[in-house]
Amino acid sequence: MNDTQRALWSERAAITAAWVAGILMFFPIFWMALTSFKTELEAIAVPPTIIFDPTLENFSLIQERTDYTGFAWNSIITSVGGTALAMAIAVPAAYAMAFFPGRRTKDVLLWMLSTKMLPAVGVLMPIYLISQKLGLLDTRIVLVVIYAMINLPIVIWLLFTYFREIPKEILEASRMDGTSTFNEIVEIVIPLSWGGVASTALLSIVLLWNEAFWSINLTSSDAGTLTALVASFSSPEGLFWSKLSAVSTAACAPIVVLGWFCQKQLVQGLTFGAVK
Amino acid sequence: MNRALARWLQAPGIVLLALWMIVPLSMTLYFSTIRYHLLYPERTGFMGFDNYEFFGTDPAFWPALGNTLGLVGSVLVISVVLGLAISILVDRPFRGRGIVRVMLISPFFIMPTVNALLWKNMMMNPIYGLLAVVARVFGLEPVNWLADYPLLSIIIIVSWQWTPFAILIFITSLQSQDTEQKEAALLDGAGFWARFWMLTLPHLARPIAVVLMIQMIFHLSIFAEIFVTTGGGPGTESTNLTFMIFSQALLQFDIGVASAGGVFAIILANIVAVFLIRMIGKNLVV
Repeated sequence: MNDTQRALWSERAAITAAWVAGILMFFPIFWMALTSFKTELEAIAVPPTIIFDPTLENFSLIQERTDYTGFAWNSIITSVGGTALAMAIAVPAAYAMAFFPGRRTKDVLLWMLSTKMLPAVGVLMPIYLISQKLGLLDTRIVLVVIYAMINLPIVIWLLFTYFREIPKEILEASRMDGTSTFNEIVEIVIPLSWGGVASTALLSIVLLWNEAFWSINLTSSDAGTLTALVASFSSPEGLFWSKLSAVSTAACAPIVVLGWFCQKQLVQGLTFGAVK
Repeated sequence: MNRALARWLQAPGIVLLALWMIVPLSMTLYFSTIRYHLLYPERTGFMGFDNYEFFGTDPAFWPALGNTLGLVGSVLVISVVLGLAISILVDRPFRGRGIVRVMLISPFFIMPTVNALLWKNMMMNPIYGLLAVVARVFGLEPVNWLADYPLLSIIIIVSWQWTPFAILIFITSLQSQDTEQKEAALLDGAGFWARFWMLTLPHLARPIAVVLMIQMIFHLSIFAEIFVTTGGGPGTESTNLTFMIFSQALLQFDIGVASAGGVFAIILANIVAVFLIRMIGKNLVV
């Protein structure tokens, strides 16, 4: 075997290995989705059933028994609401930081990021007691506010990096024409960085959708999100795998697909620009 | 006029974040120095550092600290080593690369409670789980993962979720590697390992450091995965600091001691955060 042949074979081996890694990594998700279409008996069959008559029964059963749509609605409201609140606060702040940077702008940004590193459990008791005092335990409001706060640093950071790429001359020209700051943001800055703004919001929704610490600790039946609903499946032992799979598949499928579309923002947002 | 306006536009974000940080933090600090038990509201008074002593001498403390460090350390090693290997495999042109990439990254978008229950039941169940089925095919005795190796099981579960994160960061970073340099090294007859040690690893030094630090911060506060699988047990075998503080607060209702634990967790996280923030700061041009 000569060198070119050897190189060709090692290349083929690497590609095969990459496929194997990908398939193994994805397999649990595939298996969960498959199980959601089985009956409970098929779900625990040994050896596992691969060929079976798919049923949609589980999806209607989880709605009857657990009010799936109620929890899904809470997840949608809290993740979208938290994102909307964070964006409303972040857009003006990021605009000011990107176009009127001052001596302290860098310190402010770094300080904001540092708040993200505060472990949630360190402030669990105060937040729990404050919510209790205000009668906000198990409400969507408290989750929306907390979710906005935990994502605000990332959202400001990402918007700042997108806004900074807009040439300042464009804004100066429009200011000559007497455009107000509000109109400048809404009519020029946001449209020019629309892709970045949209994907930032998307990333924020993905992160909040999967948030489990606060939703488990602060909500129960009224404002519980899908992460909390799934957690409630942890107690009973026994024959509930296909229902668990149905709940899980329905809860994860939309967000996994959204996640595929915001990989780039994920890298930037979670590493705060330290990796390019 | 611009300066003033710029300040006003930033004010809401800065003020809210400051409140979000300072109010609960100072409450935690305050609670940690007083007698505060939800079941015995009549017991009050200043405690000094007694809560810290209670927390530090709790029989669960040292196991919890050990488990926290073991969990963080193992997941870091697994995710970085596997992440490096897999991202180097994928970093070459081939048909279906996009699909492989999507499959590799997907576990990161699965919510932690689903991830944990999926593994607890469909994968790790000692009778019906897939791992048990595979073990029997090879004539091995199936392992009762969560009962016999609770911490290892949680390490596997968390690694499955976070290796994709490392892969994602490393793939992104490898794409910016200088291809001319790589080709020159190939022409000079440098083997795979020579290229790996001399070119790829130095290029990835920074992303690896970032992945290590970010994962450390997230893994110090792992909660949902333990909450839905082992509940910290059996005994304290899979209790980490976050779970220990949670059970002090919301299962045993001792706010004072739990707050002392919270302060401890904050200090631990900050040791890591200082390095991370410094590194981000170096890279940030305003």
